[in-house]
Amino acid sequence: MFPASRYSIQAQRCIRALKTVKAEHAPPQLYTWRWKCSSAVTPRITSHYTICPRDKDPRWEGVEMERFADEADVVIVGGGPAGLSAAIRLKQLANKQEKELRVCLVEKASQIGAHTLSGACLEPSALNELFPDWKERGAPLNTPVTEDVFSLLTKKYRIPVPMLPGLPMNNHGNYIVRLGHFVRWLGEQAEELGVEIYPGYAAAEVLFHEDGSVKGIATNDVGIAKDGSPKDVFERGMELHAKVTLFGEGCHGHLAKQLYRQFNLRENCEPQTYAIGLKEVWLIDEKKWRPGRVEHSVGWPLNRNTYGGSFLYHLNEGEPLVALGLVVGLDYTNPYLSPFREFQRWKHHPFIAKTLEGGNRIAYGARALNEGGYQCLPKVTFPGGMLIGCSPGFMNVPKIKGTHTAMKSGMLAAEAIFPKVTAKDLASETAGLHVPEYEDNLKKSWIWKELYSVRNIRPSFHNYFGLYGGMVYTGVFYWILRGKEPWTLKHAGLDSAQLKPAKECTAIEYPKPDGKLSFDLLSSVALSGTNHEGDQPPHLTLKDDSVPVANNLAIYDGPEQHFCPAGVYEYVPLETGEGMRLQINAQNCVHCKTCDIKDPSQNINWVVPEGSGGPAYNGM
Amino acid sequence: ENTKIRVKPDHSGVVTDGVKHSMNPFCEIAVEEAVKLKEKKLIKEVVAVSCGPTQVTETIRTALAMGCDRGIHVEVSGKDYEAMGPLQISKIFAALAKKEEASLIILGKQAIDDDCNQTGQMTAALLDWPQGTFASEVTIDGEKVKVVREIDGGLETIKISMPAVLTADLRLNTPRYATLPNIMKAKKKKIANMKPADLGVDMVSRVEVLRVDEPPTRLAGVKVETVDDLVAKLRANGTI
Repeated sequence: MFPASRYSIQAQRCIRALKTVKAEHAPPQLYTWRWKCSSAVTPRITSHYTICPRDKDPRWEGVEMERFADEADVVIVGGGPAGLSAAIRLKQLANKQEKELRVCLVEKASQIGAHTLSGACLEPSALNELFPDWKERGAPLNTPVTEDVFSLLTKKYRIPVPMLPGLPMNNHGNYIVRLGHFVRWLGEQAEELGVEIYPGYAAAEVLFHEDGSVKGIATNDVGIAKDGSPKDVFERGMELHAKVTLFGEGCHGHLAKQLYRQFNLRENCEPQTYAIGLKEVWLIDEKKWRPGRVEHSVGWPLNRNTYGGSFLYHLNEGEPLVALGLVVGLDYTNPYLSPFREFQRWKHHPFIAKTLEGGNRIAYGARALNEGGYQCLPKVTFPGGMLIGCSPGFMNVPKIKGTHTAMKSGMLAAEAIFPKVTAKDLASETAGLHVPEYEDNLKKSWIWKELYSVRNIRPSFHNYFGLYGGMVYTGVFYWILRGKEPWTLKHAGLDSAQLKPAKECTAIEYPKPDGKLSFDLLSSVALSGTNHEGDQPPHLTLKDDSVPVANNLAIYDGPEQHFCPAGVYEYVPLETGEGMRLQINAQNCVHCKTCDIKDPSQNINWVVPEGSGGPAYNGM
Repeated sequence: ENTKIRVKPDHSGVVTDGVKHSMNPFCEIAVEEAVKLKEKKLIKEVVAVSCGPTQVTETIRTALAMGCDRGIHVEVSGKDYEAMGPLQISKIFAALAKKEEASLIILGKQAIDDDCNQTGQMTAALLDWPQGTFASEVTIDGEKVKVVREIDGGLETIKISMPAVLTADLRLNTPRYATLPNIMKAKKKKIANMKPADLGVDMVSRVEVLRVDEPPTRLAGVKVETVDDLVAKLRANGTI
């Protein structure tokens, strides 16, 4: 159960007494902490083995914990643009040089693309390098951008902002894509090249050699009940060992979080800062459909000190589909802010509503994204592994594009690894290969130049004039000077530290959803297709079960019930007596990672649930 | 499996492109039962069969990962696949059962996409074999099978001779997970390919789908205060 060393003798006696009560699927057990001043009663929430270790747990006595292990040359965690590009590049090099190379890729979604969510306007630069013949191969880049519109919205009106060539938002030469379909296509290319892809299996644990270098990963165990005990169908995950392991978990990966601490990768960079992106896909009235049209806006409904903006892209794939969404910076200060409800009310703006009227919403989803850019890039290599893609975070924030840089980082990783992994003798100081050449290659590539030139745009937002200051800065320094100014501005710090206490802020009056343009949270979550095996420990683990009520609710009015785009967190009254408790509806989770990022107590640790669980996005 | 399904714009069916296709839950239970019987050494070999386009090989692999010995993929695609229903599938199964000299055919009681609940019964009729449907317990006793069936009135126990057709109901067992090491091993197991024509089966459908529509949106209910109000409202909308 809980690490006993943290508690006093009295608490240990309590715990020992409670251990004898081996209720299998009991309602939340109540613990009375008599030694605390308040008589707060905290029901047990977290049962995941990362918080409640199994080695001392009597329910796990005698359970076979040995894992089957297999060896590959390279193991890749995450089947997104970065992971797949790395896999493809490795196999392209291997096939060209007629060398054997076993590349295994694990992905937590039930199929490649099911957890992928993005706007998206794809800049084909990296794709042109990876597959110059992508068109013949049938890559789903069906919608070249034909018009680019930028607006500053007020409550009722729209101020057009000229989209001059040279501004980062200019999309000439790019394609509007359904990234999930693009990723699925990348997966098919990878399989054809001989990559072993295993969707439905999540990498749950990093494995280490004796010398501390990374040995590989272990996939998730299955068949653990909600209370943390083993079920009849319990099966251990499998170990995949590799010479090098690539971690491409996307924004704020849970294994990356562990690796940052383990190898001190963030000692020379700023803490990463994020945003949450909420997205819907609509089937609109054909008369309103303008294929290839790209619309972006800033301003309403966000105030000038809350970073964010919207997108609305008209796809050209046979049906009158538009992809639209709102991005809200997670450095916002008002704990009452609900990114979901801001998104819903943004759709009522006349300029947006006129496109959506008469249409039907067919998809919904959300995901956190990186906003830190250059200042937040960590060290990306360590003995036995490396970080690729949005995990370290190569997104070009003002361009709002990260796919091309993610792909390029995967390709650079592959090119750096290949000679080392196929060399006759491994010549390595550590059991897991260290490939610092990857970081050197990154610094010499166009990714670095690109991120350096836009490094000051996002932080320029942190001034009294907020958004307007940021726009002026971009106009002057980026458009004219191309980011050559000699200074580098800093971000505001950890997103989770930005919230002001609830009593210093005013609650926001959001309009009720009208069921035609705006919708309620639960029907939106249903559209994401998300589901998880119900009888498993909640994968949103709390380091301390009492902190949510004592801290988050008491000081910040429970911001997690406002920022979660899937309704996972609810503060409900206790069944007996006074007070509230946190209820975690883990089955609703869409794996956006916002809670792990924004929790002011940094008490929530998102870990991966049983593989195949999560959203079922189709072309998001 | 959980994507919101939507109707195609031409109302000819539902959009299936990009939707994850996985093994029918009742068929998972059927596969689990077969593997359990083999583990008890009551049967010698389990063959997993699926009819459909290339994607079904993934489903067959899952069955192989759960413990089946080999697979058979009967290729049906395009218009034939869209029109394929219980009658065509049972003809295929009947032909395969004769070819493979099977002693048991175990299927899920119904598919959750069409809820027909016909394939098992039709297969048994075509082969003139006994059937134990809605099985919640299966026991092999020499040349006979004891089947406990879930019926409206409770549980019915029957004894049938092999060869026989069984269809699995929810409480028959809890299917095991297909673990990654088993998926990897399953890649080495054989899946044979064939077409319905190879089995002498014609895929012509006797059913034509005229139109597919979404269910009507549920209208809000109306609360009434008194019985008189209720009667008045029922009269007003023509119900009485």
